[in-house]
Amino acid sequence: MQENQTANPELKRPLSIIYRWLGDRIFLTVTVALGSSIILLALSMAFVLYSESSTTWQEFGIIGFLRGTTWDAGLHLKFGALPFLFGTLITSLVSLAIAFFPAVAIAIFMAEYSPRWLSGIIENLVQMIAAIPSVVIGIWGIFVFAPWMRETFYLPVFTWTADHYPSLLPVLGNPIGYGITTATIILALMIIPYITALTNDAIRQVPKEQREAAWALGATRWEVIRMAVLPYARGGIMAGAMLSLGRAVGETMAVAMLIGNKNTLPFSIIGPASTMPSVIINEFREAVENLHLSSLMAIALSLFVISLIVNLIAAYITRKLSITGGQLV
Amino acid sequence: MRRVYDQKSLRQRTIWDHFILGLLMISTLVVMVPLLIIVGYVIINGAGALNWDLFTQELGSPARAMQGRPTGLVHTILGTAVVDLLAILIAAPLGLGAGIMLSEYPDHKLNPVLRILNDTLNGMPAVLKGLLAFSLVVKPMGTFSGLAGGVALAFVMIPIIARSTESALMNIPWTIREAALAIGLPRWRVILSTVMPAARTGLVTGFLIGFARAAGEAAPLMFTSFGSNYLPNHWSNMILGPVDTLPQRLYSLAISPYKEWHEMGWAAGIILLTFVMILFIAARFLTRQKIKT
Repeated sequence: MQENQTANPELKRPLSIIYRWLGDRIFLTVTVALGSSIILLALSMAFVLYSESSTTWQEFGIIGFLRGTTWDAGLHLKFGALPFLFGTLITSLVSLAIAFFPAVAIAIFMAEYSPRWLSGIIENLVQMIAAIPSVVIGIWGIFVFAPWMRETFYLPVFTWTADHYPSLLPVLGNPIGYGITTATIILALMIIPYITALTNDAIRQVPKEQREAAWALGATRWEVIRMAVLPYARGGIMAGAMLSLGRAVGETMAVAMLIGNKNTLPFSIIGPASTMPSVIINEFREAVENLHLSSLMAIALSLFVISLIVNLIAAYITRKLSITGGQLV
Repeated sequence: MRRVYDQKSLRQRTIWDHFILGLLMISTLVVMVPLLIIVGYVIINGAGALNWDLFTQELGSPARAMQGRPTGLVHTILGTAVVDLLAILIAAPLGLGAGIMLSEYPDHKLNPVLRILNDTLNGMPAVLKGLLAFSLVVKPMGTFSGLAGGVALAFVMIPIIARSTESALMNIPWTIREAALAIGLPRWRVILSTVMPAARTGLVTGFLIGFARAAGEAAPLMFTSFGSNYLPNHWSNMILGPVDTLPQRLYSLAISPYKEWHEMGWAAGIILLTFVMILFIAARFLTRQKIKT
């Protein structure tokens, strides 16, 4: 086209108009169309989940469904989401509580203490572990971790309790190995790499001058971290924790493989339980009744809302709490 | 705060410093070791379960494995390839388009909405993306299909690719665009012939990371591509009929009651892990190169 333009000046103007004006127009239109299809996708997710679950909302009511404790897909076709809401909140919050401090510790060690070669190794390892598919962790959990937990912890604790405080047995639960504690520990292991990576990013963004100022005041290395680095990175670390909580809420396969899948409250400490994603995975393929399908969709919609809230909080924290106010990740 | 530091002697402060260092080192070890143990188990058990039949035979019924006849996962591996390819074909244009829109037309009115919704979509659990693909593709088609699986995985990839495309293009300095505009190129040529080639490595890295993330997802595939024990009799059934994929097959093998299938589950685990790790290491390698130049 360009040869044409230089060779024949008379062609230049019309071609150039097509080439410039129309080309730009078409390109912009295509790009915007592709981009807005993502907007459409996100909106359609909410819409589809709502419309697919409308039967359930009509049948039980929003409050009634969320507070209902029975999940009976066989006889009475009565559905309530409370066991799964409860299971999801417990597993994700406890796993975040377990994972947070070790994960931040790794990030601090990596960024501030360790020599460069070692932090490179740790960083690569952490990122690699974050990339392990959750089913692969799940298969390890099923065949190695859960049996090991049963033999080493659950059975001794169970027999000890049975001998001394038999009244506490229902609280403790069945020591089959697959249960809420096992799932929570695995979940904690799985989100540690995320928190570490996000914390590391936040610490990296602390300007050098900030550290140097603290050094110049005669601070020790830990005092530099505590007084200069952590306050600055606070927003990023909190946002990272929220994002990781979002991951824990939505983590499906490993939890479904390890939690033991019990659909009734009350849950016990080491006994089986269920979360929102795990019940969807376990029952959606086999669900035949319309009401059952739509109740699973209703659970999915609740999961959508919870993830949405967690993500929005994370976005809010990044904007408000971090000193830079900029974007992370 | 002042009082605290006034009262401590330098010696106390150094001891405290060393104590914290010890604490940090211990927690690093305590966390890294179990994570490495997981990888070690998968590699050792998986390598023990690998054999040639895995790559040449189809799975068949459980009886086939229990009677010791050769079974394998060839249909799973082929299915994974088909579904993953479909997913990247669907996700690439959408992700690229959104990335270009965010980075090259920063004033566009839709951008703030797009950015928020893209991040939201990225944070959504993969199982919900599977349900969306179920409602949008499986229900109208009337059957589980490889196409539906591809769409579901594309939903996982799209936000990742959009985000990485945006940041890859943003990394190219504006002066390059200005230079291209100054020699009379229209805007679309500036983007296609100067900005995108310059951002090539970053773009490919984003694709690889998105691909690796989606390739390991099982949840969206459970009710879209569904799975099957046999090789389809015609290649088109890979796209239009139920098809097996590695993550979903791994899950089915692991929760099955047959010992032989558990073995095969470990094998599927190491194949999947190797696949994801290759993609991931390639992405890391590219990032490192980019920093060097």
